[in-house]
Amino acid sequence: MNTKHLEISGVDIEFPTPKGPFKALDNINLKIAEGEFVSLIGHSGCGKSTVLNIVAGLYQATKGGVLLDGKEVTEPGPERSVVFQNHSLLPWLSCYENVELAVKQVFGGTKSKAEMREWIHHNLELVHMSHALDKRPDEISGGMKQRVGIARALSMQPKVLLMDEPFGALDALTRAHLQDSLMEIQKSLNNTVIMITHDVDEAVLLSDRIVMMTNGPAASVGEILEIDLPRPRDRIQLADDPLYNRYRQAVLSFLYEKHSKPDVPRSAPQATASAAPEKQADRQEKVLKEDPAGSREDAA
Amino acid sequence: MQPLAQKLATIQWLSLWIDNPKAAGQNLLKQLLLPLIGLLAFLFLWEVAAKNIHTSLGQFPGPTQVYQQSISLVKEHRAERQKAEAFYQRQEARHAKKLAKNPDAKVKIRPYTGKPTFFDQIGTSLITVMAGFILASLIAIPLGIMIGLNSSLYAALNPLIQLFKPVSPLAWLPLVTMVVSALYVSDDPMFAKSFITSLFTVSLCCLWPTLINTAVGVSGVSSDLQNVSRVLRLGWLTHVTKIVLPSSIPLVFTGLRLSLGIAWMVLIAAEMLAQNPGLGKFVWDEFQNGSSQSLGRIMVAVLVIGLIGFVLDRLMLLLQRRISWDKSAVLR
Repeated sequence: MNTKHLEISGVDIEFPTPKGPFKALDNINLKIAEGEFVSLIGHSGCGKSTVLNIVAGLYQATKGGVLLDGKEVTEPGPERSVVFQNHSLLPWLSCYENVELAVKQVFGGTKSKAEMREWIHHNLELVHMSHALDKRPDEISGGMKQRVGIARALSMQPKVLLMDEPFGALDALTRAHLQDSLMEIQKSLNNTVIMITHDVDEAVLLSDRIVMMTNGPAASVGEILEIDLPRPRDRIQLADDPLYNRYRQAVLSFLYEKHSKPDVPRSAPQATASAAPEKQADRQEKVLKEDPAGSREDAA
Repeated sequence: MQPLAQKLATIQWLSLWIDNPKAAGQNLLKQLLLPLIGLLAFLFLWEVAAKNIHTSLGQFPGPTQVYQQSISLVKEHRAERQKAEAFYQRQEARHAKKLAKNPDAKVKIRPYTGKPTFFDQIGTSLITVMAGFILASLIAIPLGIMIGLNSSLYAALNPLIQLFKPVSPLAWLPLVTMVVSALYVSDDPMFAKSFITSLFTVSLCCLWPTLINTAVGVSGVSSDLQNVSRVLRLGWLTHVTKIVLPSSIPLVFTGLRLSLGIAWMVLIAAEMLAQNPGLGKFVWDEFQNGSSQSLGRIMVAVLVIGLIGFVLDRLMLLLQRRISWDKSAVLR
């Protein structure tokens, strides 16, 4: 395995605010091998999304940088496709056309029309959405939209698939379905994936490594946990697996003992990030993106 | 296809009565009865008020006089058309005779130069308003897209937009008239000067709502979709056509509908002031004419102007329904 597939080295980022620059990330270092599935987990506002956006090229690091196969990342591009949290499908295009837009953009010069059509069908098949090719996003459920979002990202044949809390907005059952689908796809395509999550179970179930981040401001990588569970993984069998539970416990203890949020009492029922706190978390994450000064007070 | 769809509609309508007569009744009340009551109440109040207003041109016209005048306007129009037809028949007969005598004779076909009727004026106004509106849209939509995409350009143009937006058509009119007279010089003009003057005045006044709404719609594209576009590395043109335009279509249409409404209002005022052919001139001529029928005929014009404005707005709405991707949006 090529351990230098994706390299995040010494990344700092500062956002200008009226009160002076706000340092959101401090010296983030991470090496990701090809085909590896890495989760970023941490409290809301710690800058997980910022890391992902830097890898995607949507943000520029103030210091340090990202190397993909030895090339520096300077702008967004389809080789680092993103699955956005709120699917971000174009509401005026059908599922097929949404994927088609990406495929035409990436393979317009290399694939023939028939090949492209087949490739679009193939990718929608992969996420089990072949039945809704001509449906518009507002005609399908939230889980289905996210499936199409994943199909669109996969259709670009990315070197790295970036997923920004892909299942955060879904209910628990739909989320489980999509996690299973993602594992199945991962098994057949062996993509390199960086996924942001709030959900400890999701992180342990899906990842090869879990990167736990300290609280912001100036967040950095706290601990990295290797998940050495055999694949394919089955959520029901794992529920009884002592190793699985030890991993879970390790992540939980990092989040709630070593780096608990001062404003969250330790006994608060947040062990498994449920829907309500996650919504709150989204809001805080947005605050970070738009007005980093706001989240500094939040974290203080 | 059409008859089948109509049949289906009737059946649905009937089935509503069978399934839920109460709801159907309420529906009928809301859709038909209430507007009818409003209309009747208005006609009644109008009749009563009109009887009590005496002007120097006689009594203010009530609904009955207006109805009579509209009939007489139709009759005048028919009479004028018959005259025109008779004129052309005579001309043709004369030419035929001339050619029979001498096959090489040159014949000149002269157009009929009768007075334009009320309906001719409606036609002129409609053509002018559509031309002015289309010209304004052709300028406003691309410009709106540009200033919506480029904040520097927006900053540069915004003061100008704010300055010219509130200007009344009447203030523009003398300037436009003079400029058109000075610049539009040709021996064989394709369009009449009056048409060009009205057209530019209408365009100048009605391009602002489309411009501003397009700019707002374009600059308001959600940042998520913009990120999608960046990740896909869409080219400028694809970005505009696939992402920016569809997401700003609702606001563009809001602007277009406002613009068309303004265009229609401005045109009538401009025609009145400039004596350019059209409905505005009809109103002004009747006012100057000052017969006992004039007020009734002006009232017919007022109602027709309102009706045309309404129909134009509905047409824009139909166009929006056809073009917009968001069929679920409630359009009013």
